[in-house]
Amino acid sequence: MSLLSRLRRRHAPADPLVVALQDVLDPQRVRNDGAERSLTSHDASVFAGGLSGPICFPTTTAEVQAITRVAVEHGRAIVPRGAGTGLAGGAIPLGAPIVVSTGKMNHILKVDTENRVAWVQPGVINLDLSRHLRPKGFHFAPDPSSQQVCTLGGNVANNSGGPHCLAYGVTDAHVLAIEVVLPNGEAVMLGGLDPEPAGYDLRGAFVGSEGTLGIATRIAVRLTKNPPAVRTLLLSFAETRDAAQTVSDIIAAGIVPAALEVMDQRMTVAVENYVAAGYPTDAAAVLLAEIEGLPAGVEIDAGRIGDIGRANNATGVRQAASDEERALLWKGRKTAFGAVAQVAPDYYLHDTVVPRAALADMLEKIYEICERYDITVMNVFHAGDGNLHPLLVFDARVEGTLERVHAAGAEIVRASLDAGGVLSGEHGIGVEKQGFMDEMFSDADLDHQNRLRNAFDPTCRSNPGKVLPMGHSCADIQALRAMPTGVWG
Amino acid sequence: MSALTSTDEALHAFAADVGQADPIAVEGGGTRWQIGGVLHGSARLVSAPVGIVDYRPEEMVITVRAGTPVAELHAVLGEAGQRSSLPERGGTVGGAVAVGESRLDLLGRGSVRDAVLQVRYVSAEGEIVTGGGPVVKNVSGFNVPKLMVGSLGTLGLIAEVVLRTNPTPPASQWIRAADVDPVAVRNAVLRPSSVLWNGSSTWVLLEGHEKDLEHEVTALSSIGEFVEVDGPPDLPPYRWSLPPADAAALHRETVGGFVATIGVGTVHADTAAPKRELDPAIAVVTERMKTLFDPKGRLNPGRSPQT
Repeated sequence: MSLLSRLRRRHAPADPLVVALQDVLDPQRVRNDGAERSLTSHDASVFAGGLSGPICFPTTTAEVQAITRVAVEHGRAIVPRGAGTGLAGGAIPLGAPIVVSTGKMNHILKVDTENRVAWVQPGVINLDLSRHLRPKGFHFAPDPSSQQVCTLGGNVANNSGGPHCLAYGVTDAHVLAIEVVLPNGEAVMLGGLDPEPAGYDLRGAFVGSEGTLGIATRIAVRLTKNPPAVRTLLLSFAETRDAAQTVSDIIAAGIVPAALEVMDQRMTVAVENYVAAGYPTDAAAVLLAEIEGLPAGVEIDAGRIGDIGRANNATGVRQAASDEERALLWKGRKTAFGAVAQVAPDYYLHDTVVPRAALADMLEKIYEICERYDITVMNVFHAGDGNLHPLLVFDARVEGTLERVHAAGAEIVRASLDAGGVLSGEHGIGVEKQGFMDEMFSDADLDHQNRLRNAFDPTCRSNPGKVLPMGHSCADIQALRAMPTGVWG
Repeated sequence: MSALTSTDEALHAFAADVGQADPIAVEGGGTRWQIGGVLHGSARLVSAPVGIVDYRPEEMVITVRAGTPVAELHAVLGEAGQRSSLPERGGTVGGAVAVGESRLDLLGRGSVRDAVLQVRYVSAEGEIVTGGGPVVKNVSGFNVPKLMVGSLGTLGLIAEVVLRTNPTPPASQWIRAADVDPVAVRNAVLRPSSVLWNGSSTWVLLEGHEKDLEHEVTALSSIGEFVEVDGPPDLPPYRWSLPPADAAALHRETVGGFVATIGVGTVHADTAAPKRELDPAIAVVTERMKTLFDPKGRLNPGRSPQT
């Protein structure tokens, strides 16, 4: 390229959309170079990236409104983005949208322990909030495995769960009010600090809507008091089926532990190699059970859980003797996905839910399916909720592997539906499971979900091409995958 | 799978009864009939199907038809040592969900809106629609059940719900003390199932293992002189929804006699709550929601959850 043409290129008329965005935002906080747009074209899933338009880093609600109005004026879609840890492709930009990063909206605005509520910006990291609350004796209950990096705005968008949601409920039980910039640029408060706000529960509709109804700019979250007593039990089993049965029997006995997590042998071996957390590597499955509350009840329930495990042939029942031992066991559980890297370079983490009673059969089915497709599978999951996380590990460089991974995954999802389960327990639909939505829902069901979406976003401005399958409005994925006119590559 | 099976004959009969044309409303127990405005006189009244469809205690979920009395639901749950968050005041399951008001012991049992995992309703077009899913954890698609809770049947007529249940605690005790700070009381115990305050006395419902209850009562004795009582106080007729901080700072001069739920914000008062106005931008979304779900305005005409 000649010097002259390079100069010409530098002084070429800037994209009018970028100019408009730099007009409403500090120009430094509007990024449009290829490298950054390439980074935001993906989330943490295996799905093909999309095409990102300019990336904006607002700091206030007013700036999010201004960005949204620019999107309206320029007929461009808008996609909110937190830490990009999503696993269903929910944040993948389709149709070269303006990407609104919440990265600079990361302040804890107010903590009111007396009334057990905190106001936060959407970019606050989940674990940062709980760390901030710990000295005050409180925490934020939802604790997804990605909590060291994922944002509360992302938790709201996905209605995130986590190991400790068994007793406490998922994100929507812990969000009282959300300030939202609607797809037309207006800012509204959904829900409220009072228990029964007037009108339809739009707050409830917004939580878990995967960025399709607007952008959360301020969130009032419920604070949970730290319990005085916690017991963590590690039960080992020679048969995976016995671990699953123990989970069912614990719930049937009227015990609701704070967490009931299962890992199979391949997973515990990987975890032990990675962090040496103290899991037995010779057990077919281990069950991590945590009980918290008042001391007497915790003692009683810990004893009963041990008894139920032994009645189901547990080969070992161990109680964490110290906070350090307990923390190490949880470190092992929460780094499970990092531990997988030593097994194979790529993984596809699935997420389905079945009734608890179907867990044992479902696990066998998963092993059978993966063996048939010659895929290594490891299991680590929220057993108490029936929420399975089969982890298909593979090397994508080997030709044909990814296709086999997807085919095996599709069979797992269908088997979960056949077992009376659902498509997703906590990762969401995104682009991953759009194609399965009509296997769980009828046309009329999907049509009503579409009506809900349209009430918030009649022009399909917010995160188009997600959740609802083709044939519904805002879901013309092929058109969105194509490059709109006037957009550079 | 939400595909309906032959066992759903009662739902199909209900859908046929609802039809597709005339103004219509479901009559439940009639216990909250005044909420949200007066039903238009032209509306035809139908009854929702009744009965428990499926109950698996080890799953902590129950599938129940909307016309089933809450008392019957709780009798069945009680036999398995479980309970639900639905209020018992003589009404039906569908009515409790459509109204969406939570119980006095919300802190112990959870709210009604968190209990509804799946909802089947008959749409304004007379179709059976399913939202949510039948398991305790689900993020498959848009959260239609949340939208239906408290909607007063203005978006669809509830036919069947799958509810989350929870175990009945081994022990349960109401206690009362005069002249104590109700917020301090709430904070002195880990998880009270209810803390009520009428401006002078404070009632607490403690639930859990016997020994823990004894421990909690001991902890509370440093705050005030608590005595065991049979239950909560009688409630004044009107219901307010306030931020918990406001509910804990109420005066008789403003609302008359009252019973406030501390840590929640529901206040039962002698005087009616002031009419609440929706933010104009929310009113637009609400109006669009109603029009999209019920274009001809035939579902529960005259009633609205906005008031």
